[in-house]
Amino acid sequence: MSEMIQLSDVLLFGAVLFVLSLAGIFLNRKNLIIILMSIELMLLAVNTNLVAFSSFQGNMHGQVFVFFILTVAAAEAAIGLALLVLLFRNKHSINVDDLSEMKG
Amino acid sequence: MDMMLQVLAPELLILIAAMTLLVGDTFWGHRHKALTFQLTLASIVVTALVILASFSTTSVQLFNGAFIRDGVADVLKLSMLFMTFFAFLFARDYLVQRNIERGEYYVLGLLSLLGMMVLASSYDMVTLFMGLEIMSLALYAMIAMQKDSGFAIESAMKYFVLGAMATGLLLYGMTLVYGNVGSLQFATIYQTLATTEQSLVLSLGLVFILVGLAFKFGAAPFHNWVPDVYHGSPTGITLFLSAAPKIAAFALMFRLLIEGLEAALMQWQSILIILAVLSLVVGNVIAIAQTNLKRMLAYSTISHMGFIILGFLTGNVGGYAAAMYYVVIYALMSLGGFAVILALSRKGFEADNIVDLAGLGKRNPVLALVMLVILLSMAGIPPFVGFYAKLVVLTEVVEAGLTWLAVFAVVMSVVGAYYYLRVIKVMYFDQPAAQNAHDADFANASLRYGLILVATLVLMLGILPDGLLTLFNDVMMY
Repeated sequence: MSEMIQLSDVLLFGAVLFVLSLAGIFLNRKNLIIILMSIELMLLAVNTNLVAFSSFQGNMHGQVFVFFILTVAAAEAAIGLALLVLLFRNKHSINVDDLSEMKG
Repeated sequence: MDMMLQVLAPELLILIAAMTLLVGDTFWGHRHKALTFQLTLASIVVTALVILASFSTTSVQLFNGAFIRDGVADVLKLSMLFMTFFAFLFARDYLVQRNIERGEYYVLGLLSLLGMMVLASSYDMVTLFMGLEIMSLALYAMIAMQKDSGFAIESAMKYFVLGAMATGLLLYGMTLVYGNVGSLQFATIYQTLATTEQSLVLSLGLVFILVGLAFKFGAAPFHNWVPDVYHGSPTGITLFLSAAPKIAAFALMFRLLIEGLEAALMQWQSILIILAVLSLVVGNVIAIAQTNLKRMLAYSTISHMGFIILGFLTGNVGGYAAAMYYVVIYALMSLGGFAVILALSRKGFEADNIVDLAGLGKRNPVLALVMLVILLSMAGIPPFVGFYAKLVVLTEVVEAGLTWLAVFAVVMSVVGAYYYLRVIKVMYFDQPAAQNAHDADFANASLRYGLILVATLVLMLGILPDGLLTLFNDVMMY
């Protein structure tokens, strides 16, 4: 049975997704769309964790939670993209470095 | 079923009001300009009365323990309703002048309020998450309502990205706790943690949860978004943002950390001490360098959040009650502070620099007096209520055996008093700039009497603080 997928494998996968998404938010200085993608990825990492725990522990709570997170992620993406459109109309750029009008 | 309706009535009322106004405003929005505004205020008052009439003295759980209505939830909801009512009342003229007073503003505000109320009543990670997101998503959209302002859109985007990331961190931590305990319900988590040994996975989850909470609170070192968001948002929306959502942040921390994870106190206490110390330093020291009043108040928020965290890290009921008292008082003072900026602003003039207050003592003595009361209260000078709020928190910190931390907080408050007193000096002793020399009358009666009411409350609660504090201590015991 050694070739079966273990809980730790799935958690590691989730952790890698999560770290990737954090890196996408902090290291990227160019494009806001990449930040929006990273946010989605972060929520997917969370979902992976929840499904893994839920399935290996045999209780359904985690999988129900995933449905809520997926729904909210869709709403969040909608608001994020709407803000992006407004930002482009105002500044004619979606560069992260251009988001620094306010200082102090 | 009847019991369920009764318990859920406040949330249902706000939800129905938001939905009705969303549809209704498209029909009457052009003909009856003020109707949506009036109905919004009416629905808030009705909801508050319903809560008062059925004030909880025991706790009732619904939906298999996902939703709880207890004294704490009722007190928090009443304060949120109070803050939202006045935020809407004060902001209307400002929004009308800038052409952003639309029905959507009130609908989004009500939805955000709904999220906060759900958050205050959450007893399960799913409910907590849903409440948090309903609140946050509506707030992002509210800030971005001033579509032609680069500042507003920029701050909405910053708030959105950091808010979404904080939610992600919080959720990741929650999944690890779920993996460790096997349940999403706070009651089960509490019992399991109290009886079993705590693992490394739980500690890791706690770290993620605390970072997420610190982001949502705006506690240093995760505070960078606070000044930008407060500064960039239209003042009428900063006013809303700085009051009720802070009470919701308290609810978030209380439900998750205390009702869920209190048994892991030893693990989160030290992290909270670091957050509190850094918030007190950053908030009070950097505020000195600010020339923009909104940014200064934003840094002052960070230092006040430090005080609220002090209440939490005592790890006893008295400390939580003190933190709840502090957050409600802070929200009241913040409401007053931003409303003064609102009262001074005109079309095309934001009045958000400290120099714009110059000579206010002569130009509008009543407004200057209100600002004086609020600033002295924020600085923690008796007999105003801010002093008393600081006192109860510090008493609890000393009782928890952390005397050095209490001394440190007092020293930082003295540093903080400098920038509050500087504003008072500008108001009473500086000459106004030539273009501001005109009189600064109140734009309308609701702002005038509302502000006088807020200042009176700040003074009266400071002279007679016992009633409210006893109530808060009582509801914590249920």
